[in-house]
Amino acid sequence: MNQFQYVQPAKSKAAIDTVTKDQTAMFIAGGTNLLDLMKRGIVTPEKLVDINKLPLKKIQKENGAVRIGALALNGETAEDKLVLEKHPLLSQALNAGASAQLRNMATVGGNMLQRTRCPYFYDTALPCNKREPGTGCGALEGYNRMHAIFGHSEKCIAVHPSDMSVALAALDATVLVSGPKGDRKIPFADFHRLPGDTPHIETNLQKGELILAVDLPENPYTKNIHYLKIRDRASYAFALISVAAALDLDGSNIRSARLAMGGVAHKPWRLTEAENFLAGKPATETTFRQAADLAMRGAKAFEHNKFKLKLGPNAIVQALKNAAGVA
Amino acid sequence: MKDYFFQDSVGKPMDRVDGRQKVTGAAKYSAEYELPNMTHAVLVGSIIAKGRIKSMDTKKAENAPGVLAVLYHQNAPKVPGYVQAAHPSEPKPVGQPLRAFYDDKVYFNGQPVAVVVADTLERAMYAAHLVKVTYEEEKHATDFTKNVSKAFLPTAAQRNPKHPLNDYVRGKKDAYKTADIKIEQEYVIPTEVHNPMELQSIVAHWEANDKLTVYDKTQAVIGTQNAFAKDWDIPVENVKVIATFVGGAFGNGLHTWPHETAAIMAAKKVNRPVKLVLTREQMFTMVGYRPHAWQKVGMSATPDGKITAITHEAIGQTSSYEEFTESTLQQTRMMYTSPNVTTRYRILPLDVSTPIWMRGPGEATGAFALESALDEMAHVIGMDPLEFRMRNHTDRDPEKDLPWSTKYLKEAMQMGAERIGWSKRPNIPGTLKNGEWLVGYGMGVGTFGANRGRAKVRAVLHDDGTVVLQCATTDIGPGTGTAMVQIAAQNLGLAPEKIIFELGSSLYPPSPSQGGSATVASVGSAVHAACKALQQRLATLVADNDAGFKGATADKLTFDNGYLSLAATPAARVSFADVLKRQKLKEIEVTEESKPGDERTKYSMYSYSVHFAEVHVHPLTGQIKVAKIVSCADAGTIVNTKTAGNQMIGGAVGGIGMALTEGTVMDHRFGRYVTKDLAEYHVPVHADAPAIDVFFVNKPDLINNPNGTKGIGEIAIIGVAPAIANAVFNATGKRIRELPITPDKLI
Ligand SMILES: Cc1cc2nc3c(=O)[nH]c(=O)nc-3n(C[C@H](O)[C@H](O)[C@H](O)COP(=O)(O)OP(=O)(O)OC[C@H]3O[C@@H](n4cnc5c(N)ncnc54)[C@H](O)[C@@H]3O)c2cc1C
Repeated sequence: MNQFQYVQPAKSKAAIDTVTKDQTAMFIAGGTNLLDLMKRGIVTPEKLVDINKLPLKKIQKENGAVRIGALALNGETAEDKLVLEKHPLLSQALNAGASAQLRNMATVGGNMLQRTRCPYFYDTALPCNKREPGTGCGALEGYNRMHAIFGHSEKCIAVHPSDMSVALAALDATVLVSGPKGDRKIPFADFHRLPGDTPHIETNLQKGELILAVDLPENPYTKNIHYLKIRDRASYAFALISVAAALDLDGSNIRSARLAMGGVAHKPWRLTEAENFLAGKPATETTFRQAADLAMRGAKAFEHNKFKLKLGPNAIVQALKNAAGVA
Repeated sequence: MKDYFFQDSVGKPMDRVDGRQKVTGAAKYSAEYELPNMTHAVLVGSIIAKGRIKSMDTKKAENAPGVLAVLYHQNAPKVPGYVQAAHPSEPKPVGQPLRAFYDDKVYFNGQPVAVVVADTLERAMYAAHLVKVTYEEEKHATDFTKNVSKAFLPTAAQRNPKHPLNDYVRGKKDAYKTADIKIEQEYVIPTEVHNPMELQSIVAHWEANDKLTVYDKTQAVIGTQNAFAKDWDIPVENVKVIATFVGGAFGNGLHTWPHETAAIMAAKKVNRPVKLVLTREQMFTMVGYRPHAWQKVGMSATPDGKITAITHEAIGQTSSYEEFTESTLQQTRMMYTSPNVTTRYRILPLDVSTPIWMRGPGEATGAFALESALDEMAHVIGMDPLEFRMRNHTDRDPEKDLPWSTKYLKEAMQMGAERIGWSKRPNIPGTLKNGEWLVGYGMGVGTFGANRGRAKVRAVLHDDGTVVLQCATTDIGPGTGTAMVQIAAQNLGLAPEKIIFELGSSLYPPSPSQGGSATVASVGSAVHAACKALQQRLATLVADNDAGFKGATADKLTFDNGYLSLAATPAARVSFADVLKRQKLKEIEVTEESKPGDERTKYSMYSYSVHFAEVHVHPLTGQIKVAKIVSCADAGTIVNTKTAGNQMIGGAVGGIGMALTEGTVMDHRFGRYVTKDLAEYHVPVHADAPAIDVFFVNKPDLINNPNGTKGIGEIAIIGVAPAIANAVFNATGKRIRELPITPDKLI
């Protein structure tokens, strides 16, 4: 770990100013990801701007939406009454992530911005275009069991590891940010990027921009929801595949659906085509299977993650079955 | 747990004598020692798997704040005892053929190539990043599968035809091949890493030029003392090794390792105490692992379930600089009554670090293949696998042609089958369901030599009636101190609260390393001897000085709750304390050694376990839940049902890891691990562990040792992985022969 300065501003503006002006400054929230990366020499900020004193912790109703402050803890958010009542899918996704200890430190803003767990990214002795552009992708012809099957490029096949973000993608969240040029709103689908030729740029957040909150619009997905996470151990492991499924049912018919996957791409992977297909169809395993097959179109796997081509659709079917309560 | 109370203290589920210290943080582990003037050392590991160090640029690191020294092969203090190992086949039970900072050679990725010493840990860590090493790379071989043709018979066996690692043939060689009903299958386990909670750590302190003290994480206090005395060419008594508490080890503390030498060198160089704690990542390459192994089992049987032949072959990975071997095939030679048995063991040296024994060393690997194969064979002949094992049970060791000292495996099997509900097991795989989940049952048998070594214990009785016992053994978690207090209480006739057992210091009388499930048998026997000697001394004292006891001998006296008395004359009763006080003695002291005798040539001695698992598998997603485990052990007298039960539960959880989650992956292009922290190397968590029920046969083996004990630590894990794999087969009809069984393998 390199030496760094540490400041803890009380106002958002001061925090934003510092990170905007100082090339090597970074925000730190729960620190559960950033400190790990610093200890391994993967990121080397010379100044840490601790945002924990900023008033960004609240979870409240705002114009019909539920607004979750960037500093709300993962654990608190999962247990929050409003979240449980209006967006239980998010609660399930949060609880599927990390461990209780980590969830008690990790923030909602930090969770969205956590970096990939690709082992080549994590080891400075190995090549990685994301960590050091131009060095090559170690995973492409290396160990790629955990890696992407959608939206990858020659330069990077890493996945975004967040569970929470998969639910946010399915629930049409909007990210509220404030930066040197003022405030703006970023639809969740536009928040994370695909790797393309610039895998080191992971989001559309600009330098100095601070996440203030996420908004979750009112929706009917309060009952028939399920977050399914398939992993190598029962808890405290990243997803091989995860599926956030939400259905609005009219008896046994689907009025509308929301579907997103984790562990398959460089960003939470929204399955819009499958959602559209499901609308108006009966909630049966057959329809779910057809939707899953649609969702998997265009998937391309590598040496060690071919199983995702089969586990993916199976997980979609299972998540939908669980959401619909279909045995 | 079975309520079996073997007289007094032995057998009671007594709380750990150091439990309070452990849960309140008062227990001090090696990394927690603080000495005046302490410095901190951080290792720099190689990033190539094979080659030479071309250059070492340490300027930046040396100039970094707080840095006291940067040591590497060109400037490290010379270790006088470093001798060129004659051959990689000269294995040392203790001591490390890989000499730290000896020359420019790199043998594996992650090998320590430099150590940075600074006044604080943070400064040492930072400076370690600044050390720039350039290498001359050579082509490395790390891929087991690609290099498997290079495997060979261990040199020790090549040189000595009587060596147990030689090929073994009972009856006709490879007889299964010509049989009508047979199976032939290959089984693979990946490299597993011990990953105890506590990181390997050492505080090294030269108290004088030729006087070394180390607070060291080790399972081998005396072994470590001898190794360092030899390395540094100083008298053994000048090396003090302290390991009062060890936070788990599972075998990786049975060696001394280069990081220990690095710390000792650094302490010499900076002339201050040095603390060195490995990182979790370094735990994967610097302190051994369970080696990757390939196995093949051929088996034949009669339609009515008699095994007619077994051939079991194994190849285990080792390093290029040391021939590590383990007894992977032992269970196959002695467990079943097959007239024809062939075993062949080979090792495959690769450009990796040396493995080390890991809980159930060898046998846990071997049992996965053997006990899976048994299940496969039973399936082929359509027989219940429990019945199949019963039919091939043997009441005499078919390998050594000796009687067992004791063997209650059948009882254990019956006990376990009842408790798991074996009768619910469907004979046709994939036919039992619980909702969407497929349900299956499996079993696996384990065995391990009921070992015993030579140990010495000092016992001091004080005039307040308390007793202090001392021995250099460690307690890596099983509750050694607790068990020894119970054995002493039983054999002295004294309440456990009056007894203290001190361990983990080279200042105490010697014991073997804490490995091979032998501590209770070895040290417990010495405790037994020391207690009997103390009673003898007490008897002599009263017989000589107390009229009421005139002519009494120890065997005529009753020792109970701190009093001795003559059964015939109820009035003759005196407390231990008073015996001393009356003679104005502050204390009496005895030191006794105990060792096995020729009973080991007359009997074959093993501990046995059988594990039953119920698993649920989701057919769509491949998720696996172990719903229940029942582990039963025939391990002689159970000294403490609580700590022994604890061992069994821990072993079962380790077995779940082996079966379902553990294994580290190397990218062979770089010869470097790509899963090397606790997020990516999946040790099972609570959510993976179901209710685990433990049952003990609890019958003494008095041929083995006077306390009647046999080891538990290893058999707790041996046989668990195949029990789970067999249950997965029973649930799904899918036979997974390469561990771990992850969801992707079941869809
Ligand atoms: C062992 C382990 C297992 C884990 N398992 C899982 C898992 O299964 N599923 C899962 O989803 N996650 C998992 N996590 C990741 C965990 O969820 C993240 O580390 C956590 O959410 C990050 O939040 P934080 O507040 O600690 O972020 P920090 O580490 O403080 O910050 C992360 C990044 O976000 C930036 N940042 C933080 N807040 C803001 C803000 N308001 N505005 C702008 N930038 C900001 C920081 O500059 C930094 O770059 C695991 C982590 C560990 C260590």
